[in-house]
Amino acid sequence: MAVPERKAQEALEARLAGLVLPEGGCLDKPRKEALARLTEMGLPQRRDEYWRFTRPDTLIQPEPLPARVFDNDEVPVFSSIDRLKIVFVDGVFDPEASDDLELEGVRIDRIADICDKDIHWAKDLYGVLEERGQHPVARPLAALNTAFARDGLAIHVTRTPSKPISLVYVHASETSDAILHHIIRVEPEAELTLLENGPAAARFNKCIEVDIADGGKLHHVRAQGRDHERRAVTHMFSRLGARSVYKSFTLTVNGVMTRNEQIVEFTGDDALAHVAGACLGDGDFHHDDTVFVTHDALNCESRQVFKKVLKNGAVGVFQGKILVNQKAQKTDGYQISQSLLLDGDSQFLAKPELEIYADDVACSHGSTSGAIDEESLFYLRSRGVPEKDATNLLTLAFLAEAVDEIEDPKLAEDLLERLEAWLARRS
Amino acid sequence: MLEIKNLHVQLEEEDKQILKGVDLTVEPGTVHAIMGPNGSGKSTLSYVLAGRDGYEVTEGTATLDGESLLDMEPEERAAAGLFLAFQYPVEIPGVGNMTFLRTAVNAQRKARGEEELSAADFLKLVRERAKALKIDADMLKRPVNVGFSGGEKKRNEILQMAMLEPKMCILDETDSGLDVDAMKLVSDGVNALRDAGRGFLVITHYQRLLDHIKPDVVHIMAKGRIIKTGGPELALEVETNGYADILNEVA
Repeated sequence: MAVPERKAQEALEARLAGLVLPEGGCLDKPRKEALARLTEMGLPQRRDEYWRFTRPDTLIQPEPLPARVFDNDEVPVFSSIDRLKIVFVDGVFDPEASDDLELEGVRIDRIADICDKDIHWAKDLYGVLEERGQHPVARPLAALNTAFARDGLAIHVTRTPSKPISLVYVHASETSDAILHHIIRVEPEAELTLLENGPAAARFNKCIEVDIADGGKLHHVRAQGRDHERRAVTHMFSRLGARSVYKSFTLTVNGVMTRNEQIVEFTGDDALAHVAGACLGDGDFHHDDTVFVTHDALNCESRQVFKKVLKNGAVGVFQGKILVNQKAQKTDGYQISQSLLLDGDSQFLAKPELEIYADDVACSHGSTSGAIDEESLFYLRSRGVPEKDATNLLTLAFLAEAVDEIEDPKLAEDLLERLEAWLARRS
Repeated sequence: MLEIKNLHVQLEEEDKQILKGVDLTVEPGTVHAIMGPNGSGKSTLSYVLAGRDGYEVTEGTATLDGESLLDMEPEERAAAGLFLAFQYPVEIPGVGNMTFLRTAVNAQRKARGEEELSAADFLKLVRERAKALKIDADMLKRPVNVGFSGGEKKRNEILQMAMLEPKMCILDETDSGLDVDAMKLVSDGVNALRDAGRGFLVITHYQRLLDHIKPDVVHIMAKGRIIKTGGPELALEVETNGYADILNEVA
């Protein structure tokens, strides 16, 4: 074991050599603590249980591999939605391209400003959920994020705003290495829709900590950018109070490496969390959804729905866990991960896990992997639909079951139309 | 219109001959019925004509208006005017019935070099045709055949036929799983489509359906061949005496 440990140590030192810890202000403490966590954990290595299916190499190496900016004349996703738009270019806030950070019922600040403005809730949240989420599974890249992120937003929702907040991540430089950290606090009975889209950078490390108070709601819909060579590791840590609702959906099309982690913790009774994702990978594409849901309260419902369409050697990974602690009676936990393999070269690796200590719960999980259904394909073709179109129709139908998890039908429709167009273009 | 000559078919996976020289000609404006005991090859004939995988044609031809069907992809056969109403219509979760119909109609129009139907024209047409088959808006919205009863699935097949307006319609045991009322609805739907330019091949076990859809010619199929051909009275004979007499007579 001595050799890999030394290697891990060297990898960490090499990575840290290229980073500068932001200094000054009230975030010094959480940042230093996060760095200490990271130093103790070390960077992820292939032998780590939760990195067996996804090579961490390109995510941890000191310099990112370059990624070309994907040039296209498409109108970006969510453009037709009435929204408050906030733009980051290669991980840096761009005030020129953004709307004024003003929205009734919501206060939005950059994390760089929360100390000067003495924003208590933010100081008390930064790094806290990330730290809680390090057990029992280590998430070193989230700790790295907490320590080194220089930009990001603190979003405080006290009343339900009239429109969604839309974060747009522009990728401009072929060698950008962006680290962003957002914190969101939703107060009791308030509701926010958060949209995210764009490739963000050549390499993107993003962390969001979401604290939802009793009766609060957060709807999160994200479309990760289509730049083929971009790499991303993202973490969403959410803590749910009583009767609260957290719904998150992610669409991923292209991207050579994506690792999306969702860490959900129920702390209040009668709350609900749905996390879902749909991805479409062709060729050099590796997509990993890693989910950990902890039920620590009564009568909560969690639901995980993940669908992956893979072809030409694309790889999909799903690692999903539901942990039900002893006091979390009446838990309703559900998990499904499915892949549609459009050829024999692609692969799907799934690791569903249930760990249950309460006796009065309903938990189920399932995972499937299959090709296009031949019966359905023939039926469509016998009605005159050409094979390619029929395959696209069935592929879209497969993904639609995940997209339908989005509560707002307009947002779901928008994404389905995009998917349809992208599918048609590819075939 | 449909001309099948000396058609020999075996399963691709195993060396088993299913059709052993079928000869059949359906003229425009006529309804032909094929009856026969289980395992005689009736359904295989319909699948081979529609282009389903898993069968190998070892001998013979099948043409539609002189064009060889057997060289075409299933979608090309459909665009050429062939339609198969399935014995077991397939459920397709996630694809709305309406989307399915519109995609199919427009794909065929496109393949024939015709202009696609506008959304409004399509909607008007589908509503009108659905109404005649007592198919409500909810059935049009639901995913294709998902959660449909047996009768609803068969009515949905006839709706597709009505929308696609094929030249040659093959109905594979469309009466199976239908109660009396549904049988009437389905038959009315089929009869409404009868005209001088269209041919029908109705595959069935029972005379019952032929009371509603009156055939011009009845064929008896057994062991991969058509062994007897006659008028509507042949179906009545089968109804009364079963297949045994006919089989003996031919043997």
